[in-house]
Amino acid sequence: MTFTIPIDNGDALKNAETDSQRTLYPYVTGTSIVAIKYKDGVLMASDMGGSYGSTLRYKNIERVKAIGKHSLLGASGEISDFQEILRYLDELVLNDNMWDDGNSLGPKEVHNYLTRVMYNRRNKFNPLWNTLVLGGVKNGQSYLGMVSMIGVSFEDNHVATGFGNHLARPILRDEWHADLSFEDGVKLLEKCMRVLLYRDRSAINKLQISKITEEGVTVSQPYSLKTFWEFQAFHNPTAGAQGSW
Amino acid sequence: MFRNQYDTDVTTWSPTGRLFQVEYAMEAVKQGSAAIGLRSRSHVVLACVNKAQSELSSHQKKIFKVDDHIGVAIAGLTADGRVLSRYMRSEAINHSFTYESPLPVGRLVVHLADKAQVCTQRSWKRPYGVGLLVGGLDESGAHLYYNCPSGNYFEYQAFAIGSRSQAAKTYLERRFESFGDSSREDLIKDAILAVRETLQGETLKSSLCTVSVLGVGEPFHFLDQETIQKVIDTFEKVPEDEAGEAGEAGEGEAEAAVAAAPAEQGGGGAGDQDVAPMEM
Repeated sequence: MTFTIPIDNGDALKNAETDSQRTLYPYVTGTSIVAIKYKDGVLMASDMGGSYGSTLRYKNIERVKAIGKHSLLGASGEISDFQEILRYLDELVLNDNMWDDGNSLGPKEVHNYLTRVMYNRRNKFNPLWNTLVLGGVKNGQSYLGMVSMIGVSFEDNHVATGFGNHLARPILRDEWHADLSFEDGVKLLEKCMRVLLYRDRSAINKLQISKITEEGVTVSQPYSLKTFWEFQAFHNPTAGAQGSW
Repeated sequence: MFRNQYDTDVTTWSPTGRLFQVEYAMEAVKQGSAAIGLRSRSHVVLACVNKAQSELSSHQKKIFKVDDHIGVAIAGLTADGRVLSRYMRSEAINHSFTYESPLPVGRLVVHLADKAQVCTQRSWKRPYGVGLLVGGLDESGAHLYYNCPSGNYFEYQAFAIGSRSQAAKTYLERRFESFGDSSREDLIKDAILAVRETLQGETLKSSLCTVSVLGVGEPFHFLDQETIQKVIDTFEKVPEDEAGEAGEAGEGEAEAAVAAAPAEQGGGGAGDQDVAPMEM
């Protein structure tokens, strides 16, 4: 996919340099993030894969990071852009801490800051190719929101990116309810991640579940889901689709 | 303060380590009409005396809303005050836009103080001639700050600036320890009483003062004349009615003040003519 804008001042030589600075397509990408609000805060699940096109090249990428004291950021899409966003946020959190005045950036503030950044980049035709999930807890209030690469931003009780939008959200719509316990929340996320593992070709069976509560952030060790491949439908996958294609 | 050979430039130090131009700027604050601020744990009240150029004109606006959770009262060169208020509004709204969250007042006053400091270190600038009482809320509660032309800022439980503010400060010094737990109504009453102190004898009317309140769950707003008059009425009866009466403690105070007023006002009038018209 290419993004080109007509620059008509006749100087192809000068423009070439500026063109090569714009993000045209993603190279190393992470797949879905799924996140839900639960009783004590927010749970976020992601696998540890980084795809290089159709190759599953990197298998140890952490796509969820803690931001400041109150937030968790998960990203799907271009990994290098995610790393750049982490650098922006690092600076933001540093300056916030340097004030040392009892005020601190909460998840709402970080979410809105990211929305501004993403939207601004989109306006310059140089997007950060990510869909970000921002979750957190501050003063007892849980917060969960999402920002896309074009700056579309919203909050909800459960969010998912990429394939998760299509495969995980229907499950969440049916089975999410307020005040899930930690165990139920993890079970629900694992159910979504299992479906993604079966059906999303860029998913790998190595995931981390991150939790944020008033006390702070915990990121689980990577682990795998049990899968079952003996479904009848898997034995003869094209049984229902006779034909030349 | 007397003229000396080190006071022409703001960038010239005196041998005793003073910047006279900055100190002269602080004098300008003392010439302005009084502004008073006090805070409790949850509310901040800003009040000021309405001074008009003449009977024909309207009075100068001295209290500005910066955001729903921040207000500022000024004393000194009002033009400088207006410009700084606009800067504060701009900072507050930019922060609100980027973070969807109110700018903590403590950070705003630091920006303001840094801006004032720049003017004390450039030969082509002059210090702002206005003192600002900034009241606002942030995560840690209600705050009141005083920003000085020198670029210093201080946090206060209660403070008064401008002409005859010493009288108000004396009143506040006696009472400030109770302000932290004051109710909103008591805080407003104390503010108006402090304003009365600066009037030194002149009858306190709601037309003479402007009062603003902000607090937890209460965005910044001005109190209307009626509300202010009601508060005044609780502690001050109309002097003409009381002329013949004696023996009521509260009224006794007002009477004595009224009796002293004619002598005061003669002296006060002459003093006012020394105030430059641009300072209010």
